[in-house]
Amino acid sequence: MTATLYGFCAAVLVGLGLFGLIVHPQPLRKILAFNLIGGGVFLLFGAVARRGAAAGFGGDPVPQALVITGLVVAFAATALAVALLLRLTGAARQAGLRSDG
Amino acid sequence: MPNSATSGGFLLVLAIVLPIAGALLSLALGGRHAERITLSLMPAGFAVALAIGASVWRTHHALQYFIGNWAPPLGVAFRADGLSAAMMIAAAVLVCGIGLFARSQFPSPRYAETRAPLAFWTLLLAVWGALNAVFVGGDLFNLYVALELLTFAAVPLVALDGRAETLAAALRYLLFALLGSILYLLGAVLLYGAYGTLDIVLLSDRIHAGPVASAAVSLMTAGLLAKAALFPFHLWLPPAHAGAPAPASALLSGLVVKAPFFLVVRLWFDVMTRLPEPAAAELLGALGAAAIIFGSVLALRQARLKLLIAYSTVAQIGYLFLMFPLAINPETGHPWSNAAWTGGVLQAISHAFAKAAMFMAAGLIAEALGHDRIASLSGIGRALPITVFAFALGGLSLMGLPPSGGFVAKAMLLTAAVAEGQWWWAVVVLAGGLLAGGYVFLVLARALADASEPVPPLVTISSGRQAIPVALALCAVLLGFVPLRPSELLQIGRPDLAIGGLR
Amino acid sequence: MSFDIGLTLLVLAVAAWTIAARETFVAVVGFVAYGLLLAFVWVRLAAPDVALTEAALGSGLTGGLLIGASSRLRRSQSPAAEEAPGVVLKAAAAVLSILVSAGLAAIVLLLPDPAPTLAPQAAASIAATGLGNPVTAVLMAYRAIDTLLEIVVLLLALVGIWSLAPDRDWGRRLDRRGSTDPVSVLTFVAQLLVPVGIIVGIHIFWVGSVAPGGEFQGATILATMWTLASMAGLVSAAAVTRRWLRLVLTIGPAVFLAIGLAGFALAGAFLAYPKSHAKLMILVIEIPVTLSIAATLALLVAGPPERARQ
Repeated sequence: MTATLYGFCAAVLVGLGLFGLIVHPQPLRKILAFNLIGGGVFLLFGAVARRGAAAGFGGDPVPQALVITGLVVAFAATALAVALLLRLTGAARQAGLRSDG
Repeated sequence: MPNSATSGGFLLVLAIVLPIAGALLSLALGGRHAERITLSLMPAGFAVALAIGASVWRTHHALQYFIGNWAPPLGVAFRADGLSAAMMIAAAVLVCGIGLFARSQFPSPRYAETRAPLAFWTLLLAVWGALNAVFVGGDLFNLYVALELLTFAAVPLVALDGRAETLAAALRYLLFALLGSILYLLGAVLLYGAYGTLDIVLLSDRIHAGPVASAAVSLMTAGLLAKAALFPFHLWLPPAHAGAPAPASALLSGLVVKAPFFLVVRLWFDVMTRLPEPAAAELLGALGAAAIIFGSVLALRQARLKLLIAYSTVAQIGYLFLMFPLAINPETGHPWSNAAWTGGVLQAISHAFAKAAMFMAAGLIAEALGHDRIASLSGIGRALPITVFAFALGGLSLMGLPPSGGFVAKAMLLTAAVAEGQWWWAVVVLAGGLLAGGYVFLVLARALADASEPVPPLVTISSGRQAIPVALALCAVLLGFVPLRPSELLQIGRPDLAIGGLR
Repeated sequence: MSFDIGLTLLVLAVAAWTIAARETFVAVVGFVAYGLLLAFVWVRLAAPDVALTEAALGSGLTGGLLIGASSRLRRSQSPAAEEAPGVVLKAAAAVLSILVSAGLAAIVLLLPDPAPTLAPQAAASIAATGLGNPVTAVLMAYRAIDTLLEIVVLLLALVGIWSLAPDRDWGRRLDRRGSTDPVSVLTFVAQLLVPVGIIVGIHIFWVGSVAPGGEFQGATILATMWTLASMAGLVSAAAVTRRWLRLVLTIGPAVFLAIGLAGFALAGAFLAYPKSHAKLMILVIEIPVTLSIAATLALLVAGPPERARQ
C-alpha cells in the first residue's frame, strides 16, 4: 500500500520535473528539473523494491542497489552540466539557450 | 543460446577492461604518456575484437559470459553475437585510424602536462571502452551505465577547443543525452517492476503484450532516439559534431551516435522478439525517412563544410531506422527481413568509415585554408589532392554508388522494400541517394575548380596525414565487395531470422 | 498510512515550489529541502542505504554544487535578460505533464501482484559473499561490474570537467576563494565539524558490510567534509597536475580492476571471489575505492582549475 502511494508520488514528480524542463529557459533550472525527474524515476525503483519485499528483507535489494548507482551517476551528470554552464557563462557572458533544450 | 558461459567469453571482458585500464593509466601517469599508452593499446584492442569475431564465426553461435559467475537474473551477463562482433571490429579499426590521425593534432607535450592531450587520449580510450560495453552488454541497467560512460566521454570532446559556440553545443548535447538517459531508465524500471529482471534474454522469455511492456519499450526507444539524433531529436547534432576537433567529429559521427541505434535494435529484435509491433516499426521508418529528406535538404543549404557533413550524418542515420519496418517479421516471418537486417547493419558500418574519412578530410582542409567555407574552397583540389580524393571516396558510400558498402546496404534495403511491397521506402532510399549526390558534388565541384588566383595553403599537410582518411574511405569501399546477399556473420545468434533471402 | 500521505504531499509541495520559484537561488534551496524529505521517504520504503545516499549525495553535495553555481551565475547574469515562457507553452507543458503523470500512475496500478522479486535469490547467495547487508552484496558481488563501471564514470566526468579549464590555468591550484578570515564563524564550525564528520564517514563505510552504509555513503560524507574544510580555508587545494592526486583518484578503480582480473585465477571468472575469502577481498577493494570516490566527489564539486576570482 505504501509502495503504491509512493509510486504515485514518483509519477507526479516525473510530471512536475517535465513541466519545469519545458517551461524554464535557463539551463540551471533545466538541470534542477532533470534532477527532479531523476528523483521520480528512482522513487519508482524504490516502490518496485518495496513491493518485492521477501526472504526477510524489507525490500528487494537489487533495485535499491540500482538506485544508489543511479544517484552517483546523476551526481556526475549534474556536476558536468554545471561545469559546462559556468564555463559557458564565463566565456560568453550570457547564460541562456536560445531555443528550447 | 546455451544457458552457461561459453569458452572465449573472457574476451568480452578484455574488450572492455583494456581501454578502461588504459584510460586509468593515462590519468595516473599524466598527459605526457597518454598518447603512447593509447597507441600501444590499439593493436591489443584490435586483436581482441578480431578474436571475438573469429570465435563467433568458428562456433556459429554467440559468446556468453557471466560476470563473477553470477548467472542472471541476479548477476550480469555479457553476450556477443554476430552483430556485436561486426560492430566491435569496425569500432576497433576506426579508433585505431582516429588515434593515428589525431597524433599530429594532440601530440604529447615535451615537458609539463597540458590540458588537451590528456583530455583527448583519455576520453578516446573511455569512448572505446564504453562502446565495447554497449556492444556486449546483456543487461539493460549495465547498458545504462555504459551509455552514461559514453556520453560523459563524448560531450567534453565537443568542447575541447574552448570556444563559446562549442561549449554551448556541448551543453545542448549533454542535456539531450540526459533526457534520453532518464527516459531509458524510466522504461527500465517499468520492465523490472513487471518482470523482475533486466537481463535481455530472460526478458525476451518473460515479456508479454500489454500496456506496461508497450509503455516501457516506447519510453526506452524515445530516450535512445534522442541520443541517436533521429528526427525530430536531431537539433543538437550539427553544431556539436561540426564544432568538435576533426578526429573527435569522426569519432562522434562514426561511432558514438551508432551506439544508441544498436541498443534500439537490441530492444526491438532481442527483447521484443516474440512481440513484433509493425505499426510502431512503421513510425520509426517514417521518422527515418523524414530524417533522410530533412537532413539532406539542410545539408545542401550549408555554407560551411563541417556543418554540411554533420547534417549529412543526420540524414544517414535515417537510413538505419528504415531497417525496422523492413526487418520486423510478423507472424510467419519474411525471408526478406534478412536482407533488410544486413542492409541496416552494413549501412551503420560503412557510414562510420565514410563519415570519419570525410570529417578528417574536412579537418585537413580547414587546417590548410584556415577556414571551411564551401564557397571559397576553389583550388584546394590542387593543393590537397589526396584529401579531396578521400572525401570523394567517402561520398561514394553516402550516395550509394558502387563499389562501396553504402551501395550494398542501400541495395539490400531497396530489395527488401520492393519484395515486401513497401515500395514507399524504396522511393525514400532513392531520393536520399540523389540528394546526397547533390551535396557531395556541391563540395567536389568547388574543390576541384581552379581558383581565380592561386591560394597558397596556410599550412602544408604531409601526405602521411592525408593517407589516413583515404585508408578509412577505402575500408568503406572494400565493404562494397561483400556479397550481395544476407550476411552469414550477422545471422549468428539470431535464430528467429530465416536463413534465406536473396538468391 | 496517514503519515505517508502527509509526507507525500509535503514532498510534492516542496518539489512544486522548486519548479515554480522565480529566483534560481530559492529554487535550489527548495531542492535541498526536497532531497532531505526524500531521504525520509526512502526510510519509509525500507531502504536505509538509499536514504543515506540521497541525503548525503542527492541532497547535500548536489545542493552544495547547485548553490555555488546559482550564486556565480547571479553575479554574472543581467537580471533583466530572462526570457519568460509564453502562456501557450506553459499550458501545453502542463497538459503534457499531467498526461505523463497520469499514465505512469496507471502503469503503477497495472504492475503485477505478487510482484516479481530477486530478494529470495539475493538471500540465498549472500552467505557466499560473507556479507550481512544485501544491498552491499548486490553492489560488490552480484552486480560488481555495474559498480566498477560507475566508478569509472565518476572519474571520466572529472576528466571532462578538467578539460573545460582554459589552457593557461591548467597547473593552477584549485582554491578559488580569497583570503580567509581565521576567526569567521564558518572556520570555527568547520574546525569542529570536520573531524567528527571524517570519523562518521569512516564509520558508515565500515559498517556497510553488515548494516546500512557502505563505500558510497562514507565517501560522500568524507567528500563533504573536505569541501567544507576547503570553503573555510582549513585546507588549500592541490593542482590537478600533481602526481599524488592522480594516484589517489585512480587507486580505487585500479585495485577493483586488479582484484577482478585476479578472480580469473582464484575463482574462475572476472570479478568472482573465492568462497572462503570473499569478505576479505571485498574489503580490500572497498578501502581504496572509498578513498578514490571521496577524492573524485570532492573534486567534482570543486570544478575545473581556473584563475582566482577577485
